[in-house]
Amino acid sequence: MLEALKERVNADAALVRRGRYLTTTFLLQAGETSWLVSIFEGKIVSVSRGPFVMPSSSFALRASEAEWQKFFSPRPPPGSNDLMALVRRRVLKTEGDLQVFMAHLRYFKEALAKLRPAAGGAA
Amino acid sequence: MSATFEPIIGRYMHLDLFGKPHRLYVEQAGEGTPLLCLHTAGSDGRQYRALMNDPRITARHRVIAFDMPWHGKSSPPAGWHEEEYQLTSARYTTLVLTVMAALELDRPILIGCSIGGRIALHLALEHPQAFRAIIGLQSGAHIDPYYDLNFLHRPDVHGGEVCAAIVSGLVGPDAPDKERWETLWHYMQGGPGVFKGDLYFYKIDGDIRARVAEIDTKRCPLFLLSGEYDYSCTPEETLSVARSIPGCEVSIMKGLGHFPMSENPEAFLRHLHPVLDKIAG
Repeated sequence: MLEALKERVNADAALVRRGRYLTTTFLLQAGETSWLVSIFEGKIVSVSRGPFVMPSSSFALRASEAEWQKFFSPRPPPGSNDLMALVRRRVLKTEGDLQVFMAHLRYFKEALAKLRPAAGGAA
Repeated sequence: MSATFEPIIGRYMHLDLFGKPHRLYVEQAGEGTPLLCLHTAGSDGRQYRALMNDPRITARHRVIAFDMPWHGKSSPPAGWHEEEYQLTSARYTTLVLTVMAALELDRPILIGCSIGGRIALHLALEHPQAFRAIIGLQSGAHIDPYYDLNFLHRPDVHGGEVCAAIVSGLVGPDAPDKERWETLWHYMQGGPGVFKGDLYFYKIDGDIRARVAEIDTKRCPLFLLSGEYDYSCTPEETLSVARSIPGCEVSIMKGLGHFPMSENPEAFLRHLHPVLDKIAG
């Protein structure tokens, strides 16, 4: 699900520039599957798929696989079109040091929206 | 290339509010029935630029939008640097009625979005005689906080960046890029803590669930228009308000989000024109 993230984010120079003060590792969970995404100065360094023995991350975004599938669809329905829409419906759990997430909220929204088929980037 | 001007005229108005002198920025365009516009939380009157530039509306309406104190080009009152800004139902009501009196508006049509759509319900309930009709955009009776509002005002999170990022998904998917990012720019320009202070009204103090059914649409017609993609005030919440008020007219606008007049003016005006026609009779 997240395999294309590195290539698509790193290919967007404006997005990488906006993330130049962002260096972190976060965890994204879809149902039983987890990924650790490492970012260095706005560039995605690695996306590794679990299971992990002791995953270490600044924060985690956890939702069911069905919710992520809707979020990643080309034209998500109302309520699934944005990370905050998922938060509003209480189907996306945000955990950990959320300062990093909130300080770079536009980056995370636009980076994840890259996984939508034919998505331009604006979440 | 030659410069062109819009018909909008902006001026600064001085008036006393809550016992203090204030300097408020007011824009207007057109002549006719006054149409008073209330912007969303953390933004300003520029959201109504399309209404003021629409000849079909300005031919029959004097369209007026003011920036609330602390917003846009309206300053906070002297002493603001020691205060925490917090909007309440009582203050918001006083603000609207005081501005109306200062501008000598005779029973204007009121249009308000989000917090403006909420105070529209308060005004419809408490001051129906003061308005010809009320149009609530993204009007709900109450919204529970769904994220930690403290993130909107703390020194280790950029206020402008986070306010725009919080609301970016509230713009509908069909909004033209130009208008989407204009709308978000207004959020990026808000003063520190102002969006958060407005949300005190929206999510805590302004709860009108217990009284909303008492609105009498025979005294003041009420129209509610809500964008399909709004997850702050959802279509279900607007429909629930509408169902509880006899005579209330409601419409859910496909493809639009939380800022219809600003994010996608062309699509929104198609919904607004019939409402204004109906009010005009």
